[in-house]
Amino acid sequence: MAVNVKNVSMARGKSWVDLTYIIPVMKGLAITLRHLFKRKLVLQYPEEKKVLPPNYRGLHMLTRDEKGREKCVACEMCSTACPADCIRIVAGDGGWEDSREKHPIVFEIDELRCIYCGMCVEACPEDAIDMTDMHNLADYTRQDFIYDKERLLGVYDEYIKRHPDRAKRRDGQFKAMKNSSYFTVNDVHHSDQHSSH
Amino acid sequence: MEALMPFLPYIFILVLLVLYLSVVPIMIQVERKVSAWVQYRIGPNRVGPRGLLQPIADALKFLAKEDVIPNHVNKWLYIFAPTLMVFPAFFVFGVIPFGAIMINGQEILIQVGKTNIGILYVLAVSSLGVYAITFGSWASNNKYSLIGGLRSAAQMMSYELPMGLSILGMIMVVGSLRLEDIVRFQIENGWGILLQPVGALLFIVTAFAETNRLPFDLTEAEAELVGGYHTEYSSMKFAMFFLGEYCNMFTASAMITCLFLGGWHVPFIGSMGLDPAIVGYIQVVAMLMKLGFLMFFFVWVRWSLPRFRYDQLMNLGWKKLIPLALANVIITAIVMAM
Repeated sequence: MAVNVKNVSMARGKSWVDLTYIIPVMKGLAITLRHLFKRKLVLQYPEEKKVLPPNYRGLHMLTRDEKGREKCVACEMCSTACPADCIRIVAGDGGWEDSREKHPIVFEIDELRCIYCGMCVEACPEDAIDMTDMHNLADYTRQDFIYDKERLLGVYDEYIKRHPDRAKRRDGQFKAMKNSSYFTVNDVHHSDQHSSH
Repeated sequence: MEALMPFLPYIFILVLLVLYLSVVPIMIQVERKVSAWVQYRIGPNRVGPRGLLQPIADALKFLAKEDVIPNHVNKWLYIFAPTLMVFPAFFVFGVIPFGAIMINGQEILIQVGKTNIGILYVLAVSSLGVYAITFGSWASNNKYSLIGGLRSAAQMMSYELPMGLSILGMIMVVGSLRLEDIVRFQIENGWGILLQPVGALLFIVTAFAETNRLPFDLTEAEAELVGGYHTEYSSMKFAMFFLGEYCNMFTASAMITCLFLGGWHVPFIGSMGLDPAIVGYIQVVAMLMKLGFLMFFFVWVRWSLPRFRYDQLMNLGWKKLIPLALANVIITAIVMAM
């Protein structure tokens, strides 16, 4: 049997006090009355946003190195690891002025197909793919949700503006970041101003 | 002041009508806010300061919406039903006394129509409301609407009976059908809820059924019947049903106040030695506060209790409330005879 099975039986075994409905109804009313004055849990969404944990798995990004060049080497480890098969890579020779063996000509992620498991991030040997806290994607067609390389690099550019310390994370400075903007999001807050009415 | 006296009933009509119509938007706002707070939500807070102008936005939305009359409906009844919903609710309100104020040393009752059969009139007219629901559901030519309407009729039949019987005990004690007499009796002998606790409980329960409010809102039952009798209604016609529901709530609150909560009476105010003219106004405010509390109570109960199942509703009505009401009447009679 599953844990904590609650056995909801008919009123048969209850005392006559419960069967008059009066006391149970009053108990119920007392509960809702208490709830009236409790702190409200709702966030006023566009103005207030939930602070997401640093390991939140949202929209993907293709990261850049310190010179602004894409890190990806088109090894296809991510697309191999992907259980949803949503990454498409077409590799080409060269890259970074022929200092590297391969680079991606096409790098597409179907964000509707993706299950946001983070396996691609785990698999990547170059830390070239990572996930952001962006989760409120909206577009008009399904086609628009297939993010190409430029768009994924653009996600990185946008993300790094909000989290300038993000680049340090992969450079082994994770501990030093504890008080950084990576953990406390500045432009977004959970306020209690609506808690009292 | 002297010249105003002949026009007093018309002034009362005006004041009460304004009161009555302003109760509906206020109640809609209260309903939405209370429901939100009970569920840890915030509720409407975008229109105006703290969302206070939301009722105006709601009303404008209703007015601006397209008034759809489906092709498959019986047009005449379809238009007639919402009108009929509001009419009895307004009609009942005329006989409810709101207090007694002193003008030129003369005590004047704030009441539009003075009838000797006060309570009978209220019972007779308020039960007309069910015709609106049945007409609306029948005219809609829609299976869910029809089920809602049938349920409403059945519910009304099973709950009108204990409602009448629960009042009977109070009428026997007072010896008059006039609402103002009942209130005056309570001022002298204590509130009805103390004299007739069972009667009061039964009346409050049946009032919920009469106004189609949760836990007895089987006519709407969103989960089963889409919207019940008003499934096919839109725009201002839907708003009329809404208006009727809240007006009925207000009327039911007024009846509960007059019959069991002492009407405009404030306990111990006579021994405080205040000017009788001021006492009159305080009592009107007290009446409105009692009404406000009961309206809140209706909303409070709605967001606390789940809907009854249909057979449970019938069981409660016929097997519990009616015998209890009868027993109450008989015991009252025995006690009075002794």
